[in-house]
Amino acid sequence: MYSRAYKTLVSAPPLLWVALFLLLPYALMFAHSFWTVQDGVLVHQWNLANYQKLLTNPLYAEVLFRTMRIAASVMLSSLLLGYPLAYYLSFHSGSRKELLYQLVIVPLWVSYLVRGYAWKTILGSEGVLNGFLQYAHITHEPVSFLLYSPFAVVLMLTHIYTPFVFLPIYASLEHIPRPLVEASQDLGASPTSTFFRVILPLSMPGLLAGATFAFVLSLGDFLAPLLVGGSSGTMIANIVQTLFGATYDWPLGAAISVCILLMTLSLLFLTERLEKRWSFK
Amino acid sequence: MSSAAIPQPVSVDANLPLLEMRAVAKRFGSREVLKNISLNIVSGEFLTLLGESGSGKTTLLRLVAGFEQPTSGEIWMSGEHLDTLPPYKRRVNTVFQNYALFPHLNVRDNIAYGLRVQRAPKNEIPGRVNDALNMVKMAEFATARPSRLSGGQQQRVALARALVNRPQLLLLDEPLSALDANLRKQMQSELKALQRQIGITFLFVTHDQEEAMALSDRIALLRDGVLEQVASPREIYAHPATAYSAQFIGQTNLLQGEIRRSIATCGVLRWPLEEEDGPVIFSLRPETIRLCPEGKRQTNEVKFRATIRQQIYGGTSELLEVDCGAGQLLRVRLPACGPLTGEHDFVFSIADAIRVAD
Repeated sequence: MYSRAYKTLVSAPPLLWVALFLLLPYALMFAHSFWTVQDGVLVHQWNLANYQKLLTNPLYAEVLFRTMRIAASVMLSSLLLGYPLAYYLSFHSGSRKELLYQLVIVPLWVSYLVRGYAWKTILGSEGVLNGFLQYAHITHEPVSFLLYSPFAVVLMLTHIYTPFVFLPIYASLEHIPRPLVEASQDLGASPTSTFFRVILPLSMPGLLAGATFAFVLSLGDFLAPLLVGGSSGTMIANIVQTLFGATYDWPLGAAISVCILLMTLSLLFLTERLEKRWSFK
Repeated sequence: MSSAAIPQPVSVDANLPLLEMRAVAKRFGSREVLKNISLNIVSGEFLTLLGESGSGKTTLLRLVAGFEQPTSGEIWMSGEHLDTLPPYKRRVNTVFQNYALFPHLNVRDNIAYGLRVQRAPKNEIPGRVNDALNMVKMAEFATARPSRLSGGQQQRVALARALVNRPQLLLLDEPLSALDANLRKQMQSELKALQRQIGITFLFVTHDQEEAMALSDRIALLRDGVLEQVASPREIYAHPATAYSAQFIGQTNLLQGEIRRSIATCGVLRWPLEEEDGPVIFSLRPETIRLCPEGKRQTNEVKFRATIRQQIYGGTSELLEVDCGAGQLLRVRLPACGPLTGEHDFVFSIADAIRVAD
């Protein structure tokens, strides 16, 4: 057995880390959300004014709903891309498996910003895509809805988060014992039937984890809307950023953050329950 | 169709083989796993594919199940070309080595799986599943998840899940190898009783020769992808075709020697044998050698004097290793007789020295 001193020594740094960089900031954020700013000065006076403002001003609700819509779209499209990719890699890629796996992972090493600017170059009115569309005589003038729209945000976030969705799905597919697939076919199930009755249910934990990644990460993203979102693609994190920066209204920013945090936590709680329901160990 | 208490196989003309393998070969890359296998399985029989690991027995089973395609040759089942069908269209079911029960389904749903995916009439399914549960004595575990079951119970569920579909042929891939010794013996006898009761043809794979002997109507012995011998356990034990058969099934003494002018000579042992001159190998089972009472040799017997080298007591019998001179060692199995030392006379009947191919 380890001595008491040893245990304390080993567990102290991570506990300290969590207290200093997680619990303390959250506590501060929580406290700020009940304070106010008057004439550019923070007033430490407990009240619910910030939350009232959030509920009464329709702008916040609108941006919040747009954010959730974008996050849900990113989740769906990255699932639609990531699942088939993971399925193909796990079950049908044969000897090309390692190479393809690396190809999926490599984009994760490229800076988020670089990928953002790449989309700007692709989608802009003088961009690669518009250039091609005109060259191919599909359109005669630059298509403007491509850049600076919720569509562009969804596209960019899907590109960035698909590997995050792919990884847990791939891991759960790799964990399915192959004899189960053979047993299903042996009992008379066609490949399609086998997929829906055996493979999909057994990969549910990975699918849920991937979906949660995509949704939660998109929910808090502020760079993609900043780079390619324009005014119609503004998301809730941009509002928070502005409130903490230019507007200097930390209390309202903190109140929004608390709301997002609560949503995220309840979502994580929900998926945790679902994942338990779908695990059979 | 009535929901009969016990799954019945589809009736097949008894004269026709149920399964026919015609010159089947299988190659993985440059490795030839099966070479020119021709084997018939008769309806209702319990046939065991016996062989060491790597002999190709599991590959042969997977060819029948449809998980692999033969490189050449054909497989036919009840007059139908089988190897062009995908696994899910074959009237064959498999009991997998580690059972492969679906972890997300309970016992009842595992057993109902085949009936559901093949769209059996809805009102028939519960009855047939219950019958299958009763058949393997697992009714009380109907709602349990497989992970809650012991190895033997999982084994029973796997069996029920396959049999509920009334396959023409049941494939069993080392189904007992994951069980401990006692449970294995019990499952062996249950399996044999079940097979007699329902009359479904069993194709069973094992590396355990005792298990093969205990269960099978016929044994097909595989060696490096070639059928060494196909015969009933008694036949294969009494008349092994090859030196490998003789050694793999039961214990034996292999005597290498030659025949010249109607005399067989193997080391110090010699006996008359009316056969053509040339090199020979004989298989002589340890239990066919007896201690020789003084001066009582008959004309069709070979008598020799040997020194006891080792004696292993086995309860009802003694296994001796004896040296008959010039370093020629033989194994002898005698009824339990107490410690023996020194030189003794032994005798065996010429008919018990079975000539085997190399």
